[in-house]
Amino acid sequence: MQELSAKQLHDQIVAGQIKSVEATQAVFARIEKYEPMLGAYISTFKEQALSKARHIDNKIAAGESVGQLAGVPVAIKDNMCTTFGATTCASKILENFHAPYNATVVEKLLAADAVIIGKANLDEFAMGSSTENSGLKKTVNPWDTTRVPGGSSGGSAAAVAGQLCFAALGSDTGGSIRQPASFCGVVGLKPTYGRVSRFGLVAYGSSLDQIGPVTRTVADSALMMNVIAGHDSADSTSVAEAVAPVCDYLEKLDEPIEKLKIAVVPQFNAGAESQVQKSIADAIDVYKKLGADIIEINMPHLDYAIAAYYIIATAEASSNLARYDGVHYGHRTENPKDYIEVYSKSRAEAFGKEVKRRIMLGTYALSSGYYDAYYLKALKVRNLIRGDFINAFERCEAILMPVSPTTAFKIGEKINDPLTMYLSDIYTIAANLAGIPAISIPCGFDDDNLPIGLQILAPAFAEDRLLRIARMYEKETNWHKKTPPILN
Amino acid sequence: MKKKIDKEQAKKVAKLSRLQLSEDEVEEFTHQLSAVLDYMDKLNELDTTNVEPLAHCLPITNVFREDCVKESLGTEKTLANAPQRDGDFFKVPKILDDSSGA
Repeated sequence: MQELSAKQLHDQIVAGQIKSVEATQAVFARIEKYEPMLGAYISTFKEQALSKARHIDNKIAAGESVGQLAGVPVAIKDNMCTTFGATTCASKILENFHAPYNATVVEKLLAADAVIIGKANLDEFAMGSSTENSGLKKTVNPWDTTRVPGGSSGGSAAAVAGQLCFAALGSDTGGSIRQPASFCGVVGLKPTYGRVSRFGLVAYGSSLDQIGPVTRTVADSALMMNVIAGHDSADSTSVAEAVAPVCDYLEKLDEPIEKLKIAVVPQFNAGAESQVQKSIADAIDVYKKLGADIIEINMPHLDYAIAAYYIIATAEASSNLARYDGVHYGHRTENPKDYIEVYSKSRAEAFGKEVKRRIMLGTYALSSGYYDAYYLKALKVRNLIRGDFINAFERCEAILMPVSPTTAFKIGEKINDPLTMYLSDIYTIAANLAGIPAISIPCGFDDDNLPIGLQILAPAFAEDRLLRIARMYEKETNWHKKTPPILN
Repeated sequence: MKKKIDKEQAKKVAKLSRLQLSEDEVEEFTHQLSAVLDYMDKLNELDTTNVEPLAHCLPITNVFREDCVKESLGTEKTLANAPQRDGDFFKVPKILDDSSGA
């Protein structure tokens, strides 16, 4: 049963062929067996999940209508607020924080009758590319337990790949859904900025953060989007339906796009490992065979995305994380000698190194004398990067590129060299700076049997088209059906 | 090449950030942040003289709502996560010095 996609499972539950309770029990049996090895979850809610599953089963048995995710065990990244359990952000500063409300996406999952089974590990406050920055636990890659699952949604991706849930939510500020999806051989979608409500998502870089699905198939990604997309009056950056209506992302999913024009950026892709480049070239060939017109374009400012991103994201982070003051909630130092120490010692004791580094970097970039040279400059470059995409999408429907220059790297390999770690985000960051949707889908394996991801980027609010383009490739290939050997 | 920031600047930034760092952390961050800032110099290759800064990707305008009373969290929920409380208040160390006897 665990190999089923979320959609298949849902269909079978609704048809009465499988009970949600059985699926939920099966997931917890696997969690018991594999979680000690994988470390995907910060918390799980077995009793609550089983009780919800029974409730769904009863509704179905009674012939009542149920939601689009009825009975499906799902996980959420632990930076989304829930009134059940703690909301930790994998940080010691929030280790015992119990949110007084649910994030909008959590409300939507519950309203769609999903069974929330647990909260997944992440890099502390979603700051990282390997999940090694979690202050609470270590997550490994199900394909090779000596390697990282990617990050920051590493727990979500490991849980989906390890079949410890049927689908999950992650959040993506600079690649945090797509890169772990790529490292773990699953599908990860970062929607357009403003498409999914951020209400109740603990803020990191507010102009970049976006919640999205981590799933085994493109159809599951569409299904999850059907549940979570849409306007929310509680999020002032959520886009009104009148501006960009949401649609049923499943409805036309299997219809290929006619006269598809896809762009590639050869010079930019050359930075990836040769096996990654090879898989991307093979994927391009698949689209060619499907009749797509492939054009080569130049996007001159993409090379500047990392520098711009790490100024903008850290500047926003330094402001967003000022709220952790040891006063209202979260960790407070034991014996502060004055009120300043309530702030400075509480924060020093409970934030991990990467969070401190990013707060420092952002504070520096915003500080008097450096604001123009760093922050303002980065915002201008951001505009140039967005311009590259606007120009590109006048000539094509989608852009293909790698998700990451490498496959999953070894645990510990980059953790002591922040700049090298930042540089690994080269392909994912631009979509966040430009606010556009992008998806990572499995497109091959390297010699070490580690998954490789294909990234497809589309114009703002073109998720329906993006998913259809991804589905065209998925139909032709079997990469998404492979499962990590250690789990079999 | 001269380092982008020295230890004194790192300490100043830590103070602005309200982070009480150890000497070891100051040393480590000075080195790491200098390396990152060196990389940021890459941005200066681009002429941005006539480019507008872009803080936000979407044409987002201010959002107003009806000025009406809605339910709020309430005292208990608001204080439920307080590290220290005193009745209906968050408790913190003394902020004003009252040694003047005023």
